[in-house]
Amino acid sequence: MPFNRKAHKFSASIGTVEIGTGDKAIKLGGENVMPFYTFDGSMGDGPKVGVEITDLGLDAEPQGVKDYYAGCTSFADIAKKAEAMPGGDFVVLRLAGGDPNGANKSTEELVAIAKEVSDAISCPLVVEGSKNVEKDAELLPKVAQALEGKNVLLMSAKEENYKAIGAAAALAYNQKVGAESAVDINLAKQLNVVMTQLGVSAQSIVMNTGSAAAGYGFDYTISTFDRVRAAALGQDDKMLQMPIITPVASETWSVKESTAEESDAPEFWGPVEERGIAMEVETAVACLVSASDAVILKHPKSVATISEFIKSLM
Amino acid sequence: MALSGIQIFKLTPKKNCKECGCPTCMAFSMKVAQGAKQLSDCPYMSEDALAQLAEATAPPMKTIKVGAGDSEHSLGGETVLYRHEKTFVNKTLYATNLCSCMDDAEIDARLERLPQVDYERIGERMYTEFLNVNYKEGTDAAKYVEIAKKAAAVRPVILSVKDEAVAKAALDAVKDTKPVLNGADASNYEAFCKLAADAGVVLGVSGKDLDELYDTTAALEKLGNKNLILDVTMDTAKATFEAAVQVRRAALKDGDRTFGYPSIVNVNRLTDDKTMQEALVATFTMKYGSIVIVDEMDYAMALPLYGLRQNLFTDPQKPMKVAPGIYPMNGADENSVCLTTVDFALTYFLVSGELERSGVPCNLVISDAGGLSVLTAWAAGKLSATSVATFFQENVESKIKNRTLIIPGKVAVLKGDIEAKLPGWKVIVAPLEAVQLVKFLKDLKANGEI
Repeated sequence: MPFNRKAHKFSASIGTVEIGTGDKAIKLGGENVMPFYTFDGSMGDGPKVGVEITDLGLDAEPQGVKDYYAGCTSFADIAKKAEAMPGGDFVVLRLAGGDPNGANKSTEELVAIAKEVSDAISCPLVVEGSKNVEKDAELLPKVAQALEGKNVLLMSAKEENYKAIGAAAALAYNQKVGAESAVDINLAKQLNVVMTQLGVSAQSIVMNTGSAAAGYGFDYTISTFDRVRAAALGQDDKMLQMPIITPVASETWSVKESTAEESDAPEFWGPVEERGIAMEVETAVACLVSASDAVILKHPKSVATISEFIKSLM
Repeated sequence: MALSGIQIFKLTPKKNCKECGCPTCMAFSMKVAQGAKQLSDCPYMSEDALAQLAEATAPPMKTIKVGAGDSEHSLGGETVLYRHEKTFVNKTLYATNLCSCMDDAEIDARLERLPQVDYERIGERMYTEFLNVNYKEGTDAAKYVEIAKKAAAVRPVILSVKDEAVAKAALDAVKDTKPVLNGADASNYEAFCKLAADAGVVLGVSGKDLDELYDTTAALEKLGNKNLILDVTMDTAKATFEAAVQVRRAALKDGDRTFGYPSIVNVNRLTDDKTMQEALVATFTMKYGSIVIVDEMDYAMALPLYGLRQNLFTDPQKPMKVAPGIYPMNGADENSVCLTTVDFALTYFLVSGELERSGVPCNLVISDAGGLSVLTAWAAGKLSATSVATFFQENVESKIKNRTLIIPGKVAVLKGDIEAKLPGWKVIVAPLEAVQLVKFLKDLKANGEI
């Protein structure tokens, strides 16, 4: 008697959000099954991989990233190279330098960088803010304006600044907007509700329900993913059916496993770069098999591996 | 299928004797239905009732034990597919691969490197729990037995071998260490069933697809062997992923007991690329591998993996806690400034990470706050001026000479009280968020305040 396969079908599906324009535009979401459960139904176009660059240049990047971008002298060069990275589907510009507690670059300077990057590439672009809610409320609307017509995804609108960012990005300039909440299904839903009440359509919202490096409170990340998907697919909760994008590189390359030089690290830890790649890859995989429709990475080896990984499970 | 409390109640003696620890038989039945009590806790259940209930209340997935003595591990026994539904029971364990196709020097080098990855992370020992000993067709059987012996001397082993004679020779040598005999398939299961039963070891079953795996498992059960592990490794990562998910889901959701066993995934057979192995070992930790075999576990692979596993398998109702104590950062000594926060693991990681980034030598003092975050602990009375002062007087003052203490920004209100209860200490209030600590500490240092 052969194994009786019981398909676990859902009547609901994850929404589709398109970013970018022309041939290279991509669709996030669209699946009606748990991640990679292709035996149950459709995975849509499958998860996508973003390649992160920042306005801070390459000085603080791991060696493998520096090597990959060697010879690049402008943000346009770096952006072109990021677009060409094997396995990447879109480019992510993180405007980390806007943080008032960090480099505190001016909005004008950052908008100019965003413009330079956007003009240099033809693949979809995601622009991440500085993580400072006041600064992002000022910065991201300006970026949305400057990149009008490029259909970029702006990350992120949070509870504190969704009005400014949501209104500008999605309503005034017809861009896509990321909704970021702090690893909690109720907060994620609430933000989607208030954003749609503002007039932002559900098809313009991509969620970032929270992220962490593996081992660093990732239990909350997993359970939020699991519960959001269970509600979206199992209970047809329209306010949780937005696709999920998860920044991975910005979390994983700052923990000590990825930063401690071999000389400072405990015995046998081995080369720092290998540890950093493993942390990025394993965290990305854990996100992808839980829920993420897109992950943001930065090391060429991680991007190639995760892209190959996605293909092998599709 | 699980029985309701009422169905169980009908079969109890209804004496309300309280000997099981519950006030009434009804209460006892409810607890059994929820899994909080065992039927055997009732001394007066009739044989008939027990037999009737045994089948119905048996767990959907068996718990299988592998290894002997201190090295014994439990696998399986899961009841849910997602950690938030209840909690996962037995964490995924890992194996480094050895093969009869490797030369002696390589085997010895691997055995020498094996104990290098062995460390503690939030109270849990992290190491490679198993060795997989693979037999490659056509290689020397005597050599295989030698490798098995060497391996079994340091770790419980998985004997991945399909040749009956070789399997028997290896089992004769190491059966006392309770290895897994991972070799049964549709062609040899009768012989392997006997081998495993005679040696008293767990039998690993595989199949070329899910149907064959199912049929072979059913046939083994028919022969009376229910001490099994299912090797769900298929030809591709995709097929293996489906098998791992389908097996677990059939057992837990669809009540299909034939698949109610732990699983083995051999990612070493799916790819040679190390980074791809890292991706796949994380995949099958998340998705239902009980033992995952890799080429060789090293620190790069282990550090994220064991952190991920620890997060995945914690009880969602119990926060992870770090041990109270003094954690010196950046080469701090007794003259370095102290900072204090709660023992909630996530708080500890965030704060200690930022402190390390600041590069400022400091002592992070963790006191017992019930594993709660700063504000929750404060609201629950677990983080108070008294708790901080007592901890410092009992555990810190004798070891640290510096008398400056930085407290979390969220409990700035405690400053005056702590100063009153800790004479001689200067108390500084930190910023609200951990990410602001780097700048804060650097500024304090630059101003000569610490």
